[in-house]
Amino acid sequence: MTIETIQKPETAAPAKQALAIADCDIHPSPKSVEKEVFPFLSKHWQEYYNTYGTLLRQPYQNGPAYPKGQPDAARRDAYVPDGGKPGTDLAFMQKQHLDPYNVQLGVLNPLKSGQGLQNPDFAGALCSAVNDWQIAEWTSKDARLKGSVCLPYEDAALSVKEIEKRAGDPNFIQSFMLIRTADPMGNRRYWPIYEAAAEAGLPLAVHAFGFGGASITGSGWPSYYIEDMVGHSQSAQNVVASMVLEGVFERSPKLKLVIVEAGFAWAPSLAWRLDRIWAQNRLELPHVTRPPSEIMREHVWYTTQPFEEPDRRGHLKDTFEWIGWDRLLFATDYPHWDFDDPSRIPLPPADEATRNAFYLQNARDLYGV
Amino acid sequence: MAKHVVAPVADVPPGAHLRVEAGGVPVAIFNLDGEFFGLLDRCPHMGGNLSEGIVIGLVESQKPGCYAYSRAGEIVRCPWHGWEFDIRTGQSRFDPSRWKARSIEVDVEDAQELQAETIDVAQEGDYIVVHL
Repeated sequence: MTIETIQKPETAAPAKQALAIADCDIHPSPKSVEKEVFPFLSKHWQEYYNTYGTLLRQPYQNGPAYPKGQPDAARRDAYVPDGGKPGTDLAFMQKQHLDPYNVQLGVLNPLKSGQGLQNPDFAGALCSAVNDWQIAEWTSKDARLKGSVCLPYEDAALSVKEIEKRAGDPNFIQSFMLIRTADPMGNRRYWPIYEAAAEAGLPLAVHAFGFGGASITGSGWPSYYIEDMVGHSQSAQNVVASMVLEGVFERSPKLKLVIVEAGFAWAPSLAWRLDRIWAQNRLELPHVTRPPSEIMREHVWYTTQPFEEPDRRGHLKDTFEWIGWDRLLFATDYPHWDFDDPSRIPLPPADEATRNAFYLQNARDLYGV
Repeated sequence: MAKHVVAPVADVPPGAHLRVEAGGVPVAIFNLDGEFFGLLDRCPHMGGNLSEGIVIGLVESQKPGCYAYSRAGEIVRCPWHGWEFDIRTGQSRFDPSRWKARSIEVDVEDAQELQAETIDVAQEGDYIVVHL
């Protein structure tokens, strides 16, 4: 019998794997809005923030419309050892996530900016401040991290101004909206945003959640958090259908759309349905000159977290092949509770070059970094 | 099978749990009213550390609107995706026949007995021992 006496365990470490990855969905948060974001906000908006707060365009104003799977929607092991909230400390993020998972490119997607605020000028000021904050606290301190230009997207003019301000700045690699907008995303009042993003070479990432003010399903408010979660794929389908059918990609042929955290296995069936109905209704949509599936294949990318986990992996293989392995981007959603571990997702079998592209090169190609 | 002395019993009071390493293997140790159980400290789903999860009871429902709560403190909920495991058996709650956290044998031995086996233990009293 071998006998071993007490060892002091190290802090919990993730599964060992050295594969280089891009993580296309990381959520940073300020330790304190007053300390970290206020320096980029005028005195006027600081006082507004302190006086009126940041009420969102949604019912249930005291908090999110639905509960979360874990407190702060976070992995329970992602709290900073000094007690700080998950995602607020670069050193801890490096130690727990970026270093052990060999993240070569980390895309920052701040969820609390000015997006979803009803006051348009305040939304614009806070988005811009949060963009400055990404540089000050994150991208200037770790070259692996790249920022997203948070847009006050319900106001196209302010959004265009923000895109123009950040165009060419290497701290940013994409423009950023939330998926539940006030009008369907293909609506022409948003078009100037898409034109500016395409012009600036900033792919447009559209992340789950959002505060359009309408109920999260087409038939009202469901009862459960699970329905909020599964609703993101429905919202994403609305986004793709609306943008394709309104002719956004005809008007902005250089626009690249990235669907973030809203699933991807729905894409083939949506395209089949769209193609079929499009062929039968050419009279209504003469500006859509190609089958919707073709437009989707050319213009849409998808981050894979939360990964689909069907019992038969062959189903996923077909899905990957239909969408195109080069259109799928790995993401973890760190520090959130539904984190995907790169070594544990049931990735369909593929040759090494394809796998490496999925984990890293697709993102490098898309973002040009 | 090797014997690993991992912690004094006092480190894991009833209702508490602790991550230890035994021969390089991470183990989550649970104390259910004086009975000790061990689970491999890696969720079989994506690898979250079960020792960082919360411990809850078993909620069951025979039909919508009816809830039964039992076995307080005997289910651990993964800190990542919330998968629930029976601390006594490692079986998952949502699909017990297919998904299981690996159960690891744990017991308690007295310092004197251990010293008789020439193990260097730091103090008097009982120690938690993992068999792996």
